[in-house]
Amino acid sequence: MTAIEENVHQTSEGAQEILPRDVVSAAQRLRELGAVLRISEAEALEAELERAPDDETMIINMGPQHPSTHGVLRLMLELQGETVLRCKPIIGYLHTGMERTGEDLTYLQGPTNVTRMDYASPLFTELAFSLTVEKLLEIEVPERAVWIRTLMTEMNRISSHLLFMATNGMDLGAVSMMLYGWREREEALRFLQEVTGLRMNHNYIRPGGVAADLPDGWRDGVLRLLDMLPDRLAEYDTLLTQQPIWRERLQGVGVITSEECLALGITGPILRSTGYAWDLRREMPYLAFDQLDFDVVVGSYGDCFDRYAIRLAEIHESMKIVRQCLEKMPKGDYRIQDKKVTPPPRARIDESMEALIHHFKIFTEGFKVPEGEAYVPIESPRGELGCYIVSDGSSTPYRMHVRAPSFVNLQSLPHLMHGSLVADAVAIISSVDPILGEVDR
Amino acid sequence: MSDGGAVENGEAQEVIAEPVVELLYDMPKTISHGQTVLHPTRENYASLLKKLHDDGYLMIVDLCGVDYLKHFDREIAPGIQAERFEVVVNLINHRERSRLRLRIQVPETDPVMPSAYDLYPGTEAMERETFDMFGIVFEGHPDLTRILMPEDWVGHPLRKDYDVGRIPVQFKAANR
Repeated sequence: MTAIEENVHQTSEGAQEILPRDVVSAAQRLRELGAVLRISEAEALEAELERAPDDETMIINMGPQHPSTHGVLRLMLELQGETVLRCKPIIGYLHTGMERTGEDLTYLQGPTNVTRMDYASPLFTELAFSLTVEKLLEIEVPERAVWIRTLMTEMNRISSHLLFMATNGMDLGAVSMMLYGWREREEALRFLQEVTGLRMNHNYIRPGGVAADLPDGWRDGVLRLLDMLPDRLAEYDTLLTQQPIWRERLQGVGVITSEECLALGITGPILRSTGYAWDLRREMPYLAFDQLDFDVVVGSYGDCFDRYAIRLAEIHESMKIVRQCLEKMPKGDYRIQDKKVTPPPRARIDESMEALIHHFKIFTEGFKVPEGEAYVPIESPRGELGCYIVSDGSSTPYRMHVRAPSFVNLQSLPHLMHGSLVADAVAIISSVDPILGEVDR
Repeated sequence: MSDGGAVENGEAQEVIAEPVVELLYDMPKTISHGQTVLHPTRENYASLLKKLHDDGYLMIVDLCGVDYLKHFDREIAPGIQAERFEVVVNLINHRERSRLRLRIQVPETDPVMPSAYDLYPGTEAMERETFDMFGIVFEGHPDLTRILMPEDWVGHPLRKDYDVGRIPVQFKAANR
């Protein structure tokens, strides 16, 4: 018997599915009432006696191929008529073992891997990874690199929220919104492509700085977007925000409280929609956010409409930040001039043998990172995105873990959905805005 | 420090040999790259969480496992015995804007530790993931099943002795 087989015998793996009502414990059945419900089994049984017996319940599957599940999220819903009683998200359909892959890639190759996790906002995962590696290396990137990173991630936040606008509209039947959202996102991606060379999965932010300096005429690209967006966002307001059908569909649907959010580890727009002003950009500033002027947008009801409105308002705030980046962008290096971390410039390779050797070594062996461990969080469009790296002193991470906000935020689904209608389930999944690539990693 | 010296004035030697451990919440505390790390044992993990929760650490942001099979001689706080597995818990105190990291040693022979679910329901998915990837069992977790891998999967993929599947690369010109 191998070691692995032994381990299997030690563990007992049950089914991942939602279990029928008569099998699960009373405490678990009652948990459908609230996220932070702490109750003993005896108390739960007692409390249940007062409730009507529900024999008319049915367990159905939603997904993993359902179009409104944003990829491959599978939900098992227990319904009583049209009302959702319990809900269990089942994930793993997109699991590709990226954390394991990350252990085999050097620190320079790392961003190529992690950028594929959250494919709607790839620059953020690259940033979290790079910041963690830089913390382990104890290096500081040049000021221009910091500002380029700030600018690019905010542009990415805009494109990510625009994608949310599009899919949120599509999920709820406002199909024209889908086209509008995609149209504007394409404009934002065009800028990202001008700078990084790729629309998505940029591999642009790397340990030590960024891959390339901003190209000539980048200001025009930014300004074009900044001039275009306000009018288009005003269209969204006309089309959605002020539209009675849209409001009816979202207001009061999927309500969650701050306490529940904190207990469940939920961050980002969902936490802010409850009125809890928590944004890492302001509370624990990283990059250049301590020198920037912007507002943290909060909601008051914690419902789907607040989450929609917050994301729309965050696009405005990000535009404000991008405008400040335009003014404050300093001159200088776009990556650290540390020979240990940075490959020599392309022009040097033709004339210097040492540069060629150095270039070759850094791309085959990679650079070594001193022993240690660090966790660096940033505020991604979906919440707190953290990267935890353990280094054993070699050129590949010993362990690379990404705290994906979507993965944790999915835990809010059972509580958001309880008592709502099946039709609202779609609105709720959409308002959580999960990216399944990041959930399953 | 020779043995003879230790015998002669054993008391004085002991005082010097005793490593200076900084304590926070009665737990050995270290600083890793400016981040505070506590090293509780499995036994006092639950009571520490309770204290932290009362002190305003209301959210466990992250919980993950690490398998130190191939890097056993890493740096931990003095007085803490290294084990194969480590469970790393990141907490946040919103009011004081501070973070805290816990590193709990979990032995290979008995990979069991208490669940944080009662105080922090948000660890539900994270503990399931750690169980799935490392085979660490969390006692008191309401639904400890695999979360990312299929439920009939054999083994725990992020363990260092788990073989990663490979497809051999065939070079067409090699056999010519």
